[in-house]
Amino acid sequence: MEHTLVMLVEDKPGVLNRIASLFRRRAFNIESLTVGHTEHPGISRMTIVIDGNQTMVDRVTANLYKLVNVIQVADLAGTPSVSRDLALIKVSVTAINRSEVMQLVEVYRSRIVDVANDSLIVEITGDESKINSFVDVLRPFGILEMVRTGVVAMARGVNVALAAANGNGHKPQVEMTVSQERMTTS
Amino acid sequence: MKRSGAQIIWECLVREGVKTVFGYPGGAIMPAYDALLEYPIHHVLVRHEQGAAHAADGYARACGEVGVAIATSGPGATNLVTGISTAMMDSSPIVCITGQVASKFIGYDAFQEVDITGITLPITKHNYLVTDINDLTETLREAFYIARTGRPGPVLVDIAKDVQQASIEWEYDDTPIRLPGYRPDRRPMPKDMQQAAEMIRSAKRPVILAGRGVLLSNAMNELREFAEKTRTPVAMTLLGIGGFPASHPLNLGMMGMHGEAWVNNAIQQSDLLMAFGMRFDDRVTGNLKTYAPGAKKIHVEIDASEINKNVPVDLALIGDLRETLKQLMPHVETCDHNDWIETIDEMKGDSAVLDIQNLPDNGHLYAAHVINDLWRHTNGEALVVSDVGQNQMWAAQYYKHEKPSTYITSGGAGTMGFALPAAIGAKFARPEANVWVICGDGGFQMTQAELSTAAQEGLKINIAVINNGYLGMVRQWQEFFYDKRYSATPMHNPDFVKLADAHGLTGLRVTRRSELEAAVSKAEETEGTVVIDFRVEKEDSVYPMVPSGADLHNMIRRPSPNIIVETNM
Repeated sequence: MEHTLVMLVEDKPGVLNRIASLFRRRAFNIESLTVGHTEHPGISRMTIVIDGNQTMVDRVTANLYKLVNVIQVADLAGTPSVSRDLALIKVSVTAINRSEVMQLVEVYRSRIVDVANDSLIVEITGDESKINSFVDVLRPFGILEMVRTGVVAMARGVNVALAAANGNGHKPQVEMTVSQERMTTS
Repeated sequence: MKRSGAQIIWECLVREGVKTVFGYPGGAIMPAYDALLEYPIHHVLVRHEQGAAHAADGYARACGEVGVAIATSGPGATNLVTGISTAMMDSSPIVCITGQVASKFIGYDAFQEVDITGITLPITKHNYLVTDINDLTETLREAFYIARTGRPGPVLVDIAKDVQQASIEWEYDDTPIRLPGYRPDRRPMPKDMQQAAEMIRSAKRPVILAGRGVLLSNAMNELREFAEKTRTPVAMTLLGIGGFPASHPLNLGMMGMHGEAWVNNAIQQSDLLMAFGMRFDDRVTGNLKTYAPGAKKIHVEIDASEINKNVPVDLALIGDLRETLKQLMPHVETCDHNDWIETIDEMKGDSAVLDIQNLPDNGHLYAAHVINDLWRHTNGEALVVSDVGQNQMWAAQYYKHEKPSTYITSGGAGTMGFALPAAIGAKFARPEANVWVICGDGGFQMTQAELSTAAQEGLKINIAVINNGYLGMVRQWQEFFYDKRYSATPMHNPDFVKLADAHGLTGLRVTRRSELEAAVSKAEETEGTVVIDFRVEKEDSVYPMVPSGADLHNMIRRPSPNIIVETNM
């Protein structure tokens, strides 16, 4: 089963390397990994999608917490959450089928961000399955190039997965998080 | 006050209580070495940086304080790597300080440049590269704090040469360390204590598995009180030796691959294993599928990532062992477990220590005799530092330890060559201790250059070389599992007595058991380091033995008329 881990890490040189090295060293597989700034200077937020059972996720979480620069980790599996992936897709078009592609873009609520004589760049945002489906639909026209950001995710409502990311200007909490508490046995 | 980066290094070390460091100078660390002359810190010049890391490790294991190793950039730094990984595997608190090329050259393959923070990333608890003098104090303070707290481990601080050379207006910053992502002080929850107490109350055949965590959290008294109150037998891992007195009636001895048969059988028959500060290493469990099948498991461990890693457990208490045992004590009831202890006592009749008696005293010299006699002649009070291999297992089996930190060895990493430099570090940590190195002829030669260090420092260490002319443990595996095809295990050794002599040290040779006592006495009376070349039986093996990956109760026993293979459980 896929698990989406969201985490806050210190924005310091080498942190991404430490996390990547941990996954390599312990032979955990990463499906996707994204990283970017948060509203707090000096703190980055990562979203890592991994495929594994709960025991493995607990191991990953516990190992991530051993990294000094990792502040918090939360598993969104089982939590109502929003996850989004963004893709830029350059698709080959002709004068004849351009309008057909544009209709599909409309249906998928994506948008065209570049138009050339024989190609279009389409930007689409959504969960992974929506993007996968769109890619399948465009494939017959000829996909020239594609790039995807990987998944970013956030818990729904006031349910804040990560304490430091609650927008109230709070410093990172040093208390144990939910996912750490759950690190008992089953 | 104005301070250079080089001075700030030592200012910080002095404030951390560092009195001795082990190191080797070179280009990128020369500013630090120059400033060292102004500070009350004794520098021990090793003969290879690996020795510096092992010595820092031995120092830390002997006294519990952070050990410090210093090296230059490039090869100086990479030579530390084996020692760092040894400390990492055994949770030993050391800080390694390395010089790095000047920050403007970093990334340009400058002379003696190496990415040591990249190289040591998976074998350090944490590491740092300092390229700004303003970060230096905070970094060094964090390094010592991280090394010694939580589950201890090695921390490396790589300091660019220009940082050492720069100067700033400086004052020591002693504000609390702020590491938002580092939480070393987790505590188990009260409801888990009650569950643990309930499991302990209903157990009929409990066994405590005591690991290095007992020593690291200083929980010897608490372990003893707990074991006595619940009348639970205590088995130790290799690194747990000394955490529970060998002479205590509840002491079982060492478990695992070369543990006594009754210890492993007790574990296999147990209905409750209480793992205290140990991590179910494969050398301890054997085949995981058949490991203690009828036992519930309680795991008390400070490192949450060890829970359910090798052995799934029924209850995990994550936190410092000593604090956890203190909290747990009021919840547990007094038990007696008479039947269980009687059962174990019956199994003890079939003991490998009897191996010693089984060995014919026909003028040959057996390693087991050497170590057992050494134990007797030193009243069991020596600080024993063993190397890795047969010598290590015999030392663990036949030298009995009553007190903590009297047996130092490389467990997890199994690093040959560890013993001599670690013993040098241990002697600096505990100058009053009677330090004995027990090593094989192979491991001794890996780091024998450190004899020069011992000689230069005027150290008093006794070195027992268990010399069988083979890489003994590999030879034993070749005998058992590779049809006695002795590939690359026979060794032609130098004359160790002459080698000692060449260093201005004393060398002795023992070829018969009858000569042993006189040699040990002579060594203890002699000033300065002594090397004793014990010419032991060449093709002797360590028994019992659980073959790698076999069931813990399936032990190979010493061939004798009565005992061949132990299989009952």
